[in-house]
Amino acid sequence: MGGFIALIVVLAILGLVALFLIGIYNSLVGSRNQVDNAWAQIDVQLKRRHDLIPNLVETAKGYMKHERETFETITKARSAAMGAKTVSETAQAEGQLADALSKFMLVVENYPELKANQNFLALQEELTSTENKIAFSRQNYNDQVLFYNNRIQMFPSNVVAGMFAFTKRDFFQVETALEREPPKVTFS
Amino acid sequence: MWELIRANRRNSIFLMTLMAVVLLLLGGVIGMAAVGPRGSLFGVAIAAVIWLVLALVSFSSGDQILLAASRAQRVTHDVHPQLFNVVEEMKIAAGLPAMPKVYIINDPAPNAFATGRSPQSASIAVTAGLLARLNRDELQGVVAHEMSHILHRDILYVTLAGIMLGSVALLSQVFLRGMFYQSMGSRRRYSSGNQGGGQAQIVLFVIAIAAAILAPILAQLLYFALSRRREYMADAGGARLTRYPEGLASALEKIANDPSPQLASANNVTAPMYFANPFKKRGMRTLSDLTSTHPPISERIRILRNMAHGASFRDYSQAYAAVTHSKTIVPAAAITEEQVAIRPGQAATSGPEKTQTQIHQIGDIMRRVNGFAFLTCLCGLKLKVPPNFQGDSVRCPRCDRSLPLGAQQPPPSTAR
Repeated sequence: MGGFIALIVVLAILGLVALFLIGIYNSLVGSRNQVDNAWAQIDVQLKRRHDLIPNLVETAKGYMKHERETFETITKARSAAMGAKTVSETAQAEGQLADALSKFMLVVENYPELKANQNFLALQEELTSTENKIAFSRQNYNDQVLFYNNRIQMFPSNVVAGMFAFTKRDFFQVETALEREPPKVTFS
Repeated sequence: MWELIRANRRNSIFLMTLMAVVLLLLGGVIGMAAVGPRGSLFGVAIAAVIWLVLALVSFSSGDQILLAASRAQRVTHDVHPQLFNVVEEMKIAAGLPAMPKVYIINDPAPNAFATGRSPQSASIAVTAGLLARLNRDELQGVVAHEMSHILHRDILYVTLAGIMLGSVALLSQVFLRGMFYQSMGSRRRYSSGNQGGGQAQIVLFVIAIAAAILAPILAQLLYFALSRRREYMADAGGARLTRYPEGLASALEKIANDPSPQLASANNVTAPMYFANPFKKRGMRTLSDLTSTHPPISERIRILRNMAHGASFRDYSQAYAAVTHSKTIVPAAAITEEQVAIRPGQAATSGPEKTQTQIHQIGDIMRRVNGFAFLTCLCGLKLKVPPNFQGDSVRCPRCDRSLPLGAQQPPPSTAR
């Protein structure tokens, strides 16, 4: 009789431990999916920026007759970014695109008529917002990665993470060399 | 972030239990006083029923009632692109599963609130006055503050606490009024027993009256204390989401110095949901500190401006301690070793705008919400065409050109 009770107690404890481990496993999978989802969000926002550029160039062209070079840089950077295959390629191409766009926005300051155009103002708001969305989706990705990596390294979830091969993720390093430097404005 | 939500949930459950105990005790005492010793169960049952009905109503359509009561109108991207974009930016930064619904309130007082049971079905409402006064960074700060309320599950808590507060108040009111009318009658029904029983009854009555008067006050104080604390936490969360505490601080400063009259549609129950206290009580420092739903604005600004090293919860906690010289209100679990750098601001700092321009802008925003079409004639004249205008073109009153209407007209806002 005593042995029977002891058996039940042991089984109950084992059951509780199993439930506990299952809970940890599920939440680890959940936070890994959050990381993947946050990564996908960055792509969505980058695509939105690509979609926005033709419109912007079309609207600005009529006002900025002497800035063909600027437009070419943007268009080229856009197609390079859209054609990029690997992650590092994408990062570099997108960095160049962001750089070209911020230079373009500086040039716009010289065209007061363009800045008074309602259509262009609306596009400018969309561009500002898209740049912000890209930055915030990267920020969210890094937040999610930090949370996920913490869970993988901390007790007790690290035990489960070790058993089922949850691996650490890398943070998104924003800057290419171009983005880190402020845009150079030369008056020649 | 998750540590914070968990700590928040724990506090909420604790407070809910406390308030439930207050409610049930009140019900029991009142029942005993009104019906007799066996009435306590009856009173508890009545208290529970009141609570259940209120809870069901506010869970099924609480956010809709609140939005309708503040006369908020649902808007689309076309009506105010900047507001819509800023909400979407903050949704992304917060990693929210769904886009909150966006509302504009027709009121010149600058304020905002968030509502909705869960992050999946949240709503954010801002006043037209807020949109006219704040620049992009400041608007972002305010929206981030509201987004933090959603993220921290504060809205669920405020709703629950509001229900509990409402039940306690309702029960007390019913009892006290019942007492009043009963004492107007010739005799009390239950004092016809023996003398000892009658005296016990009188003592019970006194206890019940005291409880009925004190319980709502107690519940209200609890409600206010936790809602103040949640405002600090939402400030901290907002600074962390935007990585730019100055935006929020400068928005608060503009709201504090705003001369327009107080929000027309706010009341006692909805007050804790707003970004800044909608009631302007000036000069009542000491009393308002205890009974206010919001911390003093000047203190909120000072804390945010003190965040020199970063925008994490830890930085906010340190700034809070430095400014108020008291123990931090940030739960220890939320303070992690993360490094969160502050980014530079984007929006150009505009000089002090003329009040006239702002009033003008408020009118324009509301016209847009209500489906007016905006046309600019080639001669430079701006035309605002009401949505019920018949015909395909408008004649410009200055230069007599005919302007086509159909193409540019934005779809009327889908207000429910």
